Amino acid sequence: MITFLTYLINGLNIGSVYAVIALGYTMVYGVAKMLNFAHGDVIMVGAFLAYCVCAYLGLHPIIAVLGAVIGCTILGILIERLAYKPLRQATSLAVLITAIGMSYFLQNMAQLIWGSDTKSFPSIIQGDAIVLFKTVQDGVTKTLTLSPINILTMASCFIIMIALTLFINKTKMGKAMRCVSEDKGAAELMGINVNLTISVTFAIGSALAAVAGILLCASNYAPLSPTTGSLPGIKAFTAAVFGGIGSIPGAMLGGILLGLIENLGKAYVSSELADAFVFGILIVVLLVKPTGLLGKKIHEKV
Amino acid sequence: MNQKHKMTITHLFTHALEICESFLRQPRIMAEKIYQKHKMTITHLFTYALVICAYFACQSMIKAEKMTLSLEGQLVPICAYIVLAVSLNLTVGISGELSLGHAGFMYVGAITGVIASMWMRYAFTEESAFFLFFENMNIDFALVRMLISLIVAGVFAGIVGFIIGIPVLRLRGDYLAIVTLAFGEIIRNIMTCLYVAVNKKTGALNFTFNNSDIPSKDFKLFIKGPTGITGNSPKIATFVIGIGLVLFTLLIVQNLINSRTGRAIKACRDNRIAAESMGLNVTKYKMIAFVTSACLAGMAGALYAANFSSVVPSKFSIDTSILILVFVVLGGLGNILGSVISATVLTLLPELLREFDDYRMLVYVVVLILTMLITNSPIVKSLIGAIKEGAKKLFARKNTENGANS
Repeated sequence: MITFLTYLINGLNIGSVYAVIALGYTMVYGVAKMLNFAHGDVIMVGAFLAYCVCAYLGLHPIIAVLGAVIGCTILGILIERLAYKPLRQATSLAVLITAIGMSYFLQNMAQLIWGSDTKSFPSIIQGDAIVLFKTVQDGVTKTLTLSPINILTMASCFIIMIALTLFINKTKMGKAMRCVSEDKGAAELMGINVNLTISVTFAIGSALAAVAGILLCASNYAPLSPTTGSLPGIKAFTAAVFGGIGSIPGAMLGGILLGLIENLGKAYVSSELADAFVFGILIVVLLVKPTGLLGKKIHEKV
Repeated sequence: MNQKHKMTITHLFTHALEICESFLRQPRIMAEKIYQKHKMTITHLFTYALVICAYFACQSMIKAEKMTLSLEGQLVPICAYIVLAVSLNLTVGISGELSLGHAGFMYVGAITGVIASMWMRYAFTEESAFFLFFENMNIDFALVRMLISLIVAGVFAGIVGFIIGIPVLRLRGDYLAIVTLAFGEIIRNIMTCLYVAVNKKTGALNFTFNNSDIPSKDFKLFIKGPTGITGNSPKIATFVIGIGLVLFTLLIVQNLINSRTGRAIKACRDNRIAAESMGLNVTKYKMIAFVTSACLAGMAGALYAANFSSVVPSKFSIDTSILILVFVVLGGLGNILGSVISATVLTLLPELLREFDDYRMLVYVVVLILTMLITNSPIVKSLIGAIKEGAKKLFARKNTENGANS
C-alpha cells in the first residue's frame, strides 16, 4: 500500500510538471493554431539559465528562477517573431517543419554553449521531507514521505493553473486570446492586435516552460543536458492532446493523468516499456476520442 | 557602286541566316514539343541515368584507388539514405502526410532483415539442397541471402506500416505527425527490449524479451536489446545491391506517382473533400502511399544494417526521422530527383567537412529553417511568379513567331 502511494506521489509530481509544460503547448496551439515543437527545448534553455545563475553566479535560487523566466520569455518572443511570424499564411506542414528545425537549433546551440555532458542541477529548496505515514512490517520500516520539492512542484502547478484560468477569463488580454483562438480574421476586424496577442501567448508559454524546466530538473527526473527537454516535451504534448488540445483544464488533467499512468506503468507493467505504454495510450485516446478528453468537436467547413 | 554592293551582300547574308535558322528551327520545335509531352518521363529517365552514372563514376574511382576508405564506407549508407528520402517523399511530398516515424520502419526492416539473413546463414549448410541450387547456378549465396533479407524486411515493414496506417490515416495534420512520432518511439522501445539468438547448428531462432532465457550453448545472440544488432558479420551488403535498391525504389515510386493511383493520391493531398466527393476512397489511396513508403524504408533499413557488423538502436531514433525529413524538404517536397541529390550531398558533406562536425547539425537546421522561411516568403513567391510570367511571355512570343513563319 505504501509502495503504491509512493508511486502515486511521484506520479502526481511528474504529472504536475507535464501539466505545466502542456499548458504552454495548449495555449500556443489554441491561439496560433500551430504545434510549437521547440517548446520542449525552451524548457531545457530555462533549466540551463537557472543553472548558470545558481552555479556560476552563486545567487539565490529565487533570482535564478526569475532570471530563467525572463530569459525564456524573451527567447519565446524572439522565436515567434523570427521563425513563426513570417509563416502565418503558410501551410501547417511548413510551420511544423520550421518548428522542428527550431527545436534542433536550440538543442545544438545549447550543446555548443554548455557542452553535451550532463550537469547536476543545484537543489532549489532546502528542508526535511515530511513523513506522512510510517509502518513497520516484518521488521522493515516503510515510510511515506513528501519532500519539499514535491510540495513545491504540486503547489506551483496548482497556482499556475488558477492564475492562468483567471487571466484568460478575467483580463482584457485573456479575452483577446479567446477571440483570436476563435477566429483570427474576425478578431482583427474587431480591433484586436493579433500579432501582439500571439506574442503574449508565446511569452506566457515560454515563461511556463522555464518554470517547468526548473521543476523538472530539480525533482531529479532528468539530468540537465541539451536533450533534457525533448522527451518531456513530447510527453507533455501527448498530455495536451490527451486532455484535448486548446483547453486549459484539459492540459492540466491530461498532464497529471499521464504522469500517473507513466509511473504506475513503470512500476507494475514494465520499466523498459514505460514510454511505449504512454504513447500507446495517446494513440488509443486519439482513436476513441480524436479531440481529447475535454476537447471541443471541430466541424469542418467546405 | 560600292554602296550597292554592300546592300546586296547584306541581303544575301540575312537570307542565308534565315535559311540556316529555318533548318535549325524545325528540330528545335520538335524537341520542345517532345519535351512538353514527355516532361515527366524525361525527368524520370534523367534520374535513372544520374544514378547509373554515379555508380560507374564511383566504380571507376574505386578501381583507380582514388577513393578514400571512409568515403567508400559511406557508399552503402548513402544508398540507404536515398531510398529512405525517396520513400519519405512519397508520404510527405506526394501524399501530404507529415510522418515523423520513418526511422521506426527502418528499424523494423533492419531487425527482420538481419534475422532473416542470420537464419539463412545457419539453417542452410553447404550441403543443403537450397545452397547447392545456387552454387550450381554460380550465384553467390551471400547475394541470395541479402536479396531474401531485403524482401523479408520489406514485407514486415509493410505489414507494420499497414497496421499503423489503419489508426494513423484516420487522423489529420498535426495529430497525424505526432502519432507517427509516437509509433516510431513505440517500435524503438519494443525493439530495444528484444533479444534474438540463432542456433549455430540447426538455425533455429530464439526470440525473447529476457536476456537470461537464452541458452548459451550452441546459440549465437545477435540482437541484444539495448545494445542493438551485433555480430552481423561478414557484411553482405555491397554497393551494387545498394544501387540496385535505389533503382528499384525509383522504379516503384516514379511509376506510382505517374499512374492513375498516383494522381488519385495527389488529388487527396490537394483537396481531401473534393477528392472524396469525386468518389475517391481517400483512406485507400493514403494507405497505398503509406505502406509503399514503409516497405521501402524497411528495405533501406535491412540494407543499412547489413552494411555494419553492429548497429545501436539510437541510429533509428527520432533524430534519424528528422534527418530524412531534412533531406526531403531540402530536395523539394514531391521532387524525387531532389531527394536523391540532397540525400547524397547531405550525407557526403559531413564526410568532407570533418572539422566542422560540431556545427554540422546546427548548419542543417539553420538551412532547414531558412529554406522554409524563404520558400514561404511572399516577396520570394512574387519574385518567382514574376520570373515564371516573364519566361512564359518570352516563350509565347517565340511560339507565335514560329507559328507565323510556318
